[in-house]
Amino acid sequence: MSDLVTLTIDGVEVSVPKGTLVADAAKKIQIDIPVFCYHPKLEPVGMCRVCLVEIGLPMRDRATGELLKNEDGSPKLSFRGLQTGCTVAVSEGMAVRTASQPVKEARGAVLEFLLSSHPLDCPVCDKGGECPLQNLTMAHGKGTSRMAFNDKLKIAKHVPLGELIYLDRERCIQCARCIRFQEEIVDDPVIRFHNRGRSLEIVTMSEPGFDSYWSGNTTDICPVGALTTSDFRFGARPWELTPAASICPHCPVGCNTTMSTRREAISGGRKVIKRIMPRQNEAVNEIWICDKGRFVHHFADSAQRLTTPLIRKDGQLVEASWDEALDLVAGQLQKHKSAAAGLASGRLSNEDLFQFQKLFRKGLGSRNIDLANRQLGGGEIVAQVGVGSGTNLKDLGKGDAILVVASDLHEEAPLWWMRVKQAAERGVSLVLVNGRRTRLDKFAAHTVNYEPGQGLMTIRRLFGLAQVETESTRDDQLAAAAEKLIKAENLVAFYGSEGLTFDESDALAKLLGNLLLIKNGHNHTGRANNGLIPVWPHSNSQGAWDMGIHPAYGPGYAALETPGLGAAQIYAGAASGDIEALYVVGADPVGDGLMADRGKLSFLVVQELFLTETAALADVVLPAQSWAEREGTYTNGERRVQRYYPAIPAYGDSRPDWQILAQVGERAGLEKPAFAASLMFKEIAKAVTQYKHMDYRSLAQVEKQWPDVGGDDLYYGGNAYENGSGLGQQWMAAAESGAVERFEAPDIEPNSFESLPLIQTRALYASGTLTNISKVIEARLVSPTLTVSPADAARLELSDGDVVDVAVNGASVQAKLSVSKYATVGLAQLSGVGSGFVSGTAAAEFNRVVESEKELA
Amino acid sequence: MIEEAIAIIKGMATTLKVALKPPVTVQYPEMKRPVSNRFKGRHELKRYENGMEKCIGCALCAAACPSDAIFVEASENSDEQRYSPGERFASTYEINMLRCIFCGYCEDACPTEAIVLEHDYELSFYDRASAIYTKDMLLVDVPVNGMDTPRTVEPGTFDRSIPDMENPK
Ligand code: SF4
Ligand code: SF4
Ligand code: FES
Repeated sequence: MSDLVTLTIDGVEVSVPKGTLVADAAKKIQIDIPVFCYHPKLEPVGMCRVCLVEIGLPMRDRATGELLKNEDGSPKLSFRGLQTGCTVAVSEGMAVRTASQPVKEARGAVLEFLLSSHPLDCPVCDKGGECPLQNLTMAHGKGTSRMAFNDKLKIAKHVPLGELIYLDRERCIQCARCIRFQEEIVDDPVIRFHNRGRSLEIVTMSEPGFDSYWSGNTTDICPVGALTTSDFRFGARPWELTPAASICPHCPVGCNTTMSTRREAISGGRKVIKRIMPRQNEAVNEIWICDKGRFVHHFADSAQRLTTPLIRKDGQLVEASWDEALDLVAGQLQKHKSAAAGLASGRLSNEDLFQFQKLFRKGLGSRNIDLANRQLGGGEIVAQVGVGSGTNLKDLGKGDAILVVASDLHEEAPLWWMRVKQAAERGVSLVLVNGRRTRLDKFAAHTVNYEPGQGLMTIRRLFGLAQVETESTRDDQLAAAAEKLIKAENLVAFYGSEGLTFDESDALAKLLGNLLLIKNGHNHTGRANNGLIPVWPHSNSQGAWDMGIHPAYGPGYAALETPGLGAAQIYAGAASGDIEALYVVGADPVGDGLMADRGKLSFLVVQELFLTETAALADVVLPAQSWAEREGTYTNGERRVQRYYPAIPAYGDSRPDWQILAQVGERAGLEKPAFAASLMFKEIAKAVTQYKHMDYRSLAQVEKQWPDVGGDDLYYGGNAYENGSGLGQQWMAAAESGAVERFEAPDIEPNSFESLPLIQTRALYASGTLTNISKVIEARLVSPTLTVSPADAARLELSDGDVVDVAVNGASVQAKLSVSKYATVGLAQLSGVGSGFVSGTAAAEFNRVVESEKELA
Repeated sequence: MIEEAIAIIKGMATTLKVALKPPVTVQYPEMKRPVSNRFKGRHELKRYENGMEKCIGCALCAAACPSDAIFVEASENSDEQRYSPGERFASTYEINMLRCIFCGYCEDACPTEAIVLEHDYELSFYDRASAIYTKDMLLVDVPVNGMDTPRTVEPGTFDRSIPDMENPK
């Protein structure tokens, strides 16, 4: 390739792409140039000077331009002192010395200088043991210092930047990695340097402090122990921790994580999760995770967990043995057979979900299974035109396009937000079609905010515009967007269901499928980096489709001849008595406002971690294990099947969901339960064609990734775990192996509204079964909030801070009013309430209950 | 014949001489021999003169221990509830005396000279569990004029874990 550059580093020849930095080129051949401020994911700044190397360039004859040669025929080089290896790009014929005497001296001096005001409190520092400053000092430092200790700065060591992140000012070496991360990578510039020189310090400029969904990442990339999380602070020394590979259970991105565990006396000698850190997967989360993934794990070892099966006796839930409970459940389900129904959640693993449908379809002969809250449709469309296998958002660049419809990625799938934002910065044309402003707008090439209720119409128009040859000079945003999309070499379309009903989101998926199928040059289906990505509500909603948790589809999207009842009908059936027995796994329909009470059910069994509102009404409650206690697989929104591993021992007498379901199944006439989750997966691979090439071993395969984090050398510091446990496998969409027909998208009449219409928006820190128990983010949980624009607030005669009663379709909720100038005019947004409260865009009534205290004051 | 008699007398003389010497054995446990200064016996967790605990819960002793006899768990100090100087203190500190081989590596590793192998060698237990010495058992008494921990202190007075170091010569 012509854009490879060849240079020698310490006498070793290496060829790297043009533009590579010397430090990275050296790393490629296992030569470690020490770095502090440089980070391969950030722009180089050359601030710390520890990466100094000698760089020689080939000399040329001024007159002829010929390369000058030494007597022995080797090219003549000119060395011009020391340069920073992290800022200089390689050039042809360059020679780098990384271990010469001047380099060693310079490095030693830089370290001596950095330590001149760095406290030597490694014994109490949380980074101690995985600290780049410690490691590099051991490797390159002088061992002694000429500086006087009493000249050391004595400054604040306990500065909360917020309730999540603590700063130790003494330890900061002023590399600005944290600040640059917040600015460059996540566009949340809420921390920055203040003052200069010896008084330089990091301050937070947001209220609440360090207000960002990404703050935890700065503690990873900080090359010293200056930034620590309130969750892990003083929790354990790094060498005492046992790592276990996992997958984040909170959103459809499926970030790869590592849980560090330790046995703990204050937890009664139990092995507990001490921290969660990113595990590198360059195709999914690179080396980052959001704060929800990092901090929301305490539910796993919460004392409120269910520990034993409970059976209702004389109106009370009392403890029972597993055998008793399982016999009862199996007996009751068999009694009601086809009048039995099952509701699962998209949080369960593939193994659980597969076993769930097997129990109902094979064991009981009931087809009535569904997800408890299917908020987003289009699974069968995704199976055909979902992003091609091998998709990596990082590969998208100039000439490509991303479309995001009806979704606020920042709240719903933060890592996708970050990667889409970065793609846009690389030159991808980003097109947003939303009902309101979102945090992505700033990066978009075209933003279309449709009128309330007009989402589908707008996409229909977009599709229409994309179909006809468009001329490039149109000032209509939608037409310009359509042109960009259709001409893009690669096109990825994200879609969600904000402000859409389930049916509307289903139609939306079909329309987007058709948009991708337009053949106007580039093929936008069946290829890597092209296709649909659904922004599912849960981490394994995709797996639920694949496993056939659907009234009309079996495993692998096999259409059923006679479909069973869907969730809505099941809820209605429970109320009317048509459904007699209900099995709810991992969901809380009562708490989410989908089901009022147990209605006329004669038997209700709930399998859960906690005694949820639904569980409290049940006849039998079965304690399940959380994801941290067991193994399993999740399939993310990009259809990547990923394995997670057990980290902590089972809580109480709980069992994995799939096992419980299999044990009920055994009593209902199915075969003996599988021995292990891996065998369950084998069964899945047989039944689900899309998974046929997968098993636990292939899912655990890894390959070398760049940047090289977490190796023995700690080149980039303990800022993510190396991935040794599996990169997962993406299953092929139908379009990759054959032609796909256009979809029939139903016509859905758009609503029109007389009064202010309401939509429900999702918040990352929405309160829920899992988030409420994680005390660390308690202060940031979103309580019910109604957001409107100042104009609308004036029209409704409400003011900021009022408590408002919001009534929709007979249900009502009280929410605090927030008047925001960023809110879209003509639309009210409700967040922080149960996920089933508003369906689509709805007409609502707003009544003040309590007047704002600000007004009164 | 004579020679044999002499041999017996010699032998008896030695016996008599030794019998008249004071005995080398002591009436343990009523009497105890002093041990050498560097004797490595049961650990103690020391305090500063003001009563503050020296241990900062860094677990370096546990890391240095070749027989994995030490278990430390740290927590955060506050000025209202201060155990040791600085931010960190040992909320749990245990040594399993059955595992300990009295090598003294923990002493060497300790940055604050908190853990010291002292002169007590009377370690006997009826069961394994009682061989685990907890923090209360290891921590020395509060010195006279010192104050017990945890205690409330003036904010900002004890904010460094490690005592100040001397300037290089
Ligand atoms: S806090 Fe850490 S990452 Fe931030 S500037 Fe200081 S040393 Fe660098
Ligand atoms: S090394 Fe010293 S300060 Fe650290 S935990 Fe052990 S006794 Fe405490
Ligand atoms: S100057 Fe190169 S790593 Fe800091």
